[in-house]
Amino acid sequence: MTTTLIQKGRLIDPATHRDETVDILITDGVITAVGSGLAVPPGTAVVPMEGRIVAPGFIDIHVHLREPGYEHKETIETGSRSAAYGGFTAVCCMPNTNPAIDDESLVTFVMSQAKRVNGGIVDVYPIASVSKGREGKTLSPIAELVSAGAVGLSDDGAPVFDAKVMRRALEYASMYGVPVMQHCEIPELAKGGVMNEGFVSTELGLPGIPGIAEEIMIARDLLLAEYTGSRYHVCHMSTARSVELVREAKRKGIRVTCEVTPHHFTLTDDAVRSFDTNTKMNPPLRTAEDVEAVIAGLQDGTIDVIATDHAPHSLDEKEVDYLQAPFGIVGLETAIGLTVSMLVEKGRLNLMQMVEKFSTNPRRIIGRPVEVKPGAPACLTFFDPSAEWTVKTSDFRSKSKNSPFEGRTLRGRAVGIYNNGTLLQY
Amino acid sequence: MGLSSRHLLGLQGTPREDIQLILDTAVSFKEIINRPIKKVPTLQGKTIVNLFFENSTRTRTSFELAERRLSADVLNFAASTSSVSKGETLKDTARNIEAMKIDMVVVRHGAAGSAHFLSRIIDANVINGGDGQHEHPTQGLLDMYTLREKFGRLEGLHVCIVGDILHSRVARSNIYGLKTMGARVSVCGPATLMPRGIERMGVEVYHHLDDVLPTVDALNVLRIQMEREAGGYFPSLREFHRYFGVTKERLDRAGRPITILHPGPINRDVELSADVADGPQSLILEQVQNGVAVRMAVLYLLGTQS
Repeated sequence: MTTTLIQKGRLIDPATHRDETVDILITDGVITAVGSGLAVPPGTAVVPMEGRIVAPGFIDIHVHLREPGYEHKETIETGSRSAAYGGFTAVCCMPNTNPAIDDESLVTFVMSQAKRVNGGIVDVYPIASVSKGREGKTLSPIAELVSAGAVGLSDDGAPVFDAKVMRRALEYASMYGVPVMQHCEIPELAKGGVMNEGFVSTELGLPGIPGIAEEIMIARDLLLAEYTGSRYHVCHMSTARSVELVREAKRKGIRVTCEVTPHHFTLTDDAVRSFDTNTKMNPPLRTAEDVEAVIAGLQDGTIDVIATDHAPHSLDEKEVDYLQAPFGIVGLETAIGLTVSMLVEKGRLNLMQMVEKFSTNPRRIIGRPVEVKPGAPACLTFFDPSAEWTVKTSDFRSKSKNSPFEGRTLRGRAVGIYNNGTLLQY
Repeated sequence: MGLSSRHLLGLQGTPREDIQLILDTAVSFKEIINRPIKKVPTLQGKTIVNLFFENSTRTRTSFELAERRLSADVLNFAASTSSVSKGETLKDTARNIEAMKIDMVVVRHGAAGSAHFLSRIIDANVINGGDGQHEHPTQGLLDMYTLREKFGRLEGLHVCIVGDILHSRVARSNIYGLKTMGARVSVCGPATLMPRGIERMGVEVYHHLDDVLPTVDALNVLRIQMEREAGGYFPSLREFHRYFGVTKERLDRAGRPITILHPGPINRDVELSADVADGPQSLILEQVQNGVAVRMAVLYLLGTQS
């Protein structure tokens, strides 16, 4: 029997609206007591948490672990270690692997790999593809995929562009209670683009991806979600108009949720002026007005989730010209720092809202809630909102270092996690 | 006094004094290339590589001539853009250049920012010979040189750039340079070939040539790439010529002499009718000659920095 006492941490739990300094006693991975000044049984490992936040385990519902198929970028082992050091007890991995996760054996493979690596401290919940081979033509075996453990469906990296396939996916997925998570992009409008279409792309002569490429698909899908009554989730939302569309849809009672990445509330397309290929991602960095709208969306609850779209690429792949470079950046190890620095420190979001966007809401969306109460398995994230640190990509646990935040000083950093009976402190 | 930068990557942000210095220096080089002995020893012992990832006979030969007339050792490196990964080639080639102790690099590449990329990873002076749809600074400079020679000034001159603005690095370099030098700049072309927010660059936007011609001093007519028709940017070359082609008839209607520039090569009777291209207002061949002088000036100013 192992007993651990998380001592004098500031528990922030949106599910119970708790914000108080407490001790949490954990025995063999299960919370046995929550309260102040708990007695310390003999043999208990005491973990002081004064000044730190204790929150229900953070989850990143949008990461690319690259395995199987692209193990030179990331593996389930390195990606989940990156998650653990970024303060996440769980991630959802996107199915744009090779082969795509469109078969129950592949779902099983991902989950068993996850249990095998890093002592299984990070839960890896696969998101399976909506369509076979992510080709957008015929539905994947959705029922089988969900039975095997898939928590959502997405062809991420590509949209489900055929409206009929999308309609069927929404209808079919609703029987199994999983959301269809759409990468919103009208391919014909986005084709060839490498950055936001606007004044900066005009100045740089780089082909643009217009905001309407995202917005038109969101508008279409919202109508489909309304028509079918199904659950629909917008991945990595990036424009002001998109926020407006979702806000309106929520007001109407359409069952929609959405997420935004830390880079989309931190950077604008001005960053592309450096021609640094770590500013190339899809959706692209947008304008200052879009950043403001996205932050307003987080504030008023239109945007439910902060997810990183962690997209590892090797140095060789990124160290090419801007047109050739692949889209995407790593995000797991900078998510908390960027959120605290850009939103909490600036008074745009309070810590309760932050925990909601990193834990309560995303866990509700994929149906994997956690509770902080006696009897519940201990699944906790510990972070220090006042710790100042400088991003050094060479220290990342991720196999890839493609981050535009190298050298940036951030406030707020994870200090540990507890999950599946294991404490990790760093 | 020399240039403020070690590289010429673009005209955006290039200070007025630098542009002035390049244009003034080019005046003396133009005089030199009209002498019977056209060669000066200025860059003797310097090695320059012309690194062309895109085909361009004109720009490359113009640079090569300029380099040889300055007595530099010249290496031509033509890399095919169809090779598997253009980017890797650029990086690998750059490392080779470093190893070979090259002093200056002229780079032409299909991706915007590739000259910036090179300048970050190698020690040599980098001259952008055209990067994607971004900039073509020596073309901008030679166009400005040609206009200044003709009008005696750039300040207050009304220059209209015509055609495919969206895909044109020539347009961007001209806009940056001319605006810096105080010219009035307009662009005219189909709405489908007009990049978003271009008016924020301080230019006037027109979609009908007849609206702008009455106030224009010079037209810089861009080459229309034939593949834009297939790309659906306009219905047909015939229609493009009828509505955006610069013809003698249209120029005559403007009621004032209008100088014609074109970066070449010309699609005769598409963007420019033959009689205008060969007419008395055309400075197209003058541009070719000035191109060598301007490139000599740039190479000289960068190559002799302390």
